[in-house]
Amino acid sequence: MGKMIVIDIDKCTGCGVCELVCSFKHHDEFNPLKARIHTNIFWQQEIAIPVVCYQCEEPWCGRICPAGAITTEKDTNTGATLVTVSEEKCVGCKMCMLACPFGNILVSDKGYAEKCDLCGGEPECVKFCARGALKFVEPELGMMAKRKRIAERILDSYKEVKY
Amino acid sequence: MYGWTGKFLRVDLTKSKIRVEDTDPKIAKDFIGGRGMGVKYLYDEIDPKVDALSPDNKLLMVTGPLTGTGAPAGNRYMVVTKSPLTGAIANSSAAGAFPSALKYAGYDMIIFEGKSKKPVYLWIDDDKVELRDAQHLWGKTTRETESAVIDETAPEAKVARIGPAGERQVRFACIINDLGNAAGRSGVGAVMGSKNLKAVAVKGTKGIKVADRVGFYNAMVACYKTLDYDYIEEFHQTGTPGVLALVKEFGALPTRNFQTGVNKDWEKICGETLADTLSVRKRMGMGDPACPVACARITKVTDPDFAGVGAGPEYETIGMLGSSCGVSNLSAVSKANFICNAMGMDTISTGSTIACAMELYEKGYLPKKDVGMALNFGDGNAVVELTEKIALREGFGDILAEGAYRLAEKYGHPEFFMGVKKQEFASYDGRALQGMGLGYATQPRGACHIRGEVQDLSLYGVNTWRITKDRKIEKVDPLTWKDKPVLAKEVQDWFCMIDSSGMCNFMFFLGVDEDQCRALLETATGIDLGGYKGFMKTGERIFNQERLFNFQAG
Repeated sequence: MGKMIVIDIDKCTGCGVCELVCSFKHHDEFNPLKARIHTNIFWQQEIAIPVVCYQCEEPWCGRICPAGAITTEKDTNTGATLVTVSEEKCVGCKMCMLACPFGNILVSDKGYAEKCDLCGGEPECVKFCARGALKFVEPELGMMAKRKRIAERILDSYKEVKY
Repeated sequence: MYGWTGKFLRVDLTKSKIRVEDTDPKIAKDFIGGRGMGVKYLYDEIDPKVDALSPDNKLLMVTGPLTGTGAPAGNRYMVVTKSPLTGAIANSSAAGAFPSALKYAGYDMIIFEGKSKKPVYLWIDDDKVELRDAQHLWGKTTRETESAVIDETAPEAKVARIGPAGERQVRFACIINDLGNAAGRSGVGAVMGSKNLKAVAVKGTKGIKVADRVGFYNAMVACYKTLDYDYIEEFHQTGTPGVLALVKEFGALPTRNFQTGVNKDWEKICGETLADTLSVRKRMGMGDPACPVACARITKVTDPDFAGVGAGPEYETIGMLGSSCGVSNLSAVSKANFICNAMGMDTISTGSTIACAMELYEKGYLPKKDVGMALNFGDGNAVVELTEKIALREGFGDILAEGAYRLAEKYGHPEFFMGVKKQEFASYDGRALQGMGLGYATQPRGACHIRGEVQDLSLYGVNTWRITKDRKIEKVDPLTWKDKPVLAKEVQDWFCMIDSSGMCNFMFFLGVDEDQCRALLETATGIDLGGYKGFMKTGERIFNQERLFNFQAG
């Protein structure tokens, strides 16, 4: 399977550098509101959760788009599934905003729908994520770390029982 | 202007008037922002001799050109005013989302002047700025205030506020923003309280543009690359309390009001113990924007006597409310820390003042009837009780709320006050770390551990600095004076710059050096600082401006 942005919630500190570098890349300014990725902090639950386009295999935003501006492609270099918006075809009707169940696409002040485009195969957010909560890898590898952590916990309880 | 927003707010609390003014480009160039711009504006606008708690004093909240950008930990602001604790310049810095939000709203700083007749709070919604009634918030804790203000304004609002300690003008009250970030020292919260200003809430939706997009990006990448990720990982796991194990190696852990630097119970209060027993989630920076470290943590205490949940405690807190008071119960220290956060009080000064009272009491200079209870070193319950009393200025707390200097003076033994310029030492013993001692002695805001950090060179063996590289100094012996004066001067100037830029000064020991900081500043703002020399000269200018303020304050 192609690469994707794999999120490791346990590692996210909620620093939001992903938002800053995203807006800098696509809008030439530091403004979390213009970012295509967002970190949500729930401090009472002591957890921070980044939300970004999951690049659906069958995107609802694409299905609803009356202008046919949203298509699913495979990036040739990384094999990543990429849901793209054609700036020329987009008429700014905002139907995609209604359709996306995750709120990850929006029509910006530029007049067309904007969403994560994986920065052409080198996502900025991943590059700057100091704690490694965001990774751009094959999902099989991305999940490996998580599985290992679970295994470690099993190991702990196993030890308790056995020894 | 790039980097800066070019505008600032002037809020006249006496007349309830708010004006938007242009940031002076000349001052911005010469004094950068944060600490530098703050002291310049303050010096120009007030008579340094004014009473710190009178309406004539002004309170400045200043961001830097890197605040709100993607520069590593570029998320700080500086509160600059005349200190009610020291009578000298006060500049207390805090991180969090509030400083960035202020920049996103389009302002480099806010200048508060005069005094409101009744309690108010300031609500900044981008261009819409208004003073709102805060009588119903008066008396509320910092957390209650934050949620009430967010309810009344917007869910996205970031709030800096004072607690009951600031309202009662405890001389070391602080200003708390976001979850538990404090502009802690020198009593800036008391100044805010004296102006009847309860809180400042900001919602910002605009962005920050930089002058040289590609240059800034490259500078940013260089910074992130140079960071020492192994050290970050270590620091991330234990936070600042991890420093305790290092400091005790040097015999510099203040114990029982600095009577000794060796605490045999150090293992009970060290960072690892805290991480293992009370931290509920280590991996939580509480959303300090762009911080690669996330050294903060959330603590939960289940012990029924000291139950609570919240941010902290930091190393300084454990050192002062714990070790210096002889307390080796982390739950008690955490509880006192929660109270300080809720009430809006500096944990360092609170701890040191209580420790001073304890020493006076044990040596028989402080009669029991004055305190109203026994006050021996190691009594965690007494520390918690007194912390609360100080915040509310209740009983003996009223005397402690004046700070350790005034307490020791009152009982005729000023030698038991541990500090400089009436401000209490932080949790490093200057005798075992001579460089730190020099830093304490020379800082314009009084004893301060974070502005002349020569001790870090000995503590962490930092060899990445240009300061040490240029001089080929490889090791700094903490116990001697060798190399210290020249290092102290260079470090002070360099810290003036990093404090003025809006970046967190922890970045320096993670590897960000002077040239990288300069590259960030120059590409963000488009000004030429004149190379390394000019950069350090600007730092020196800021430092001298602070000295000048102190000199004129008398």
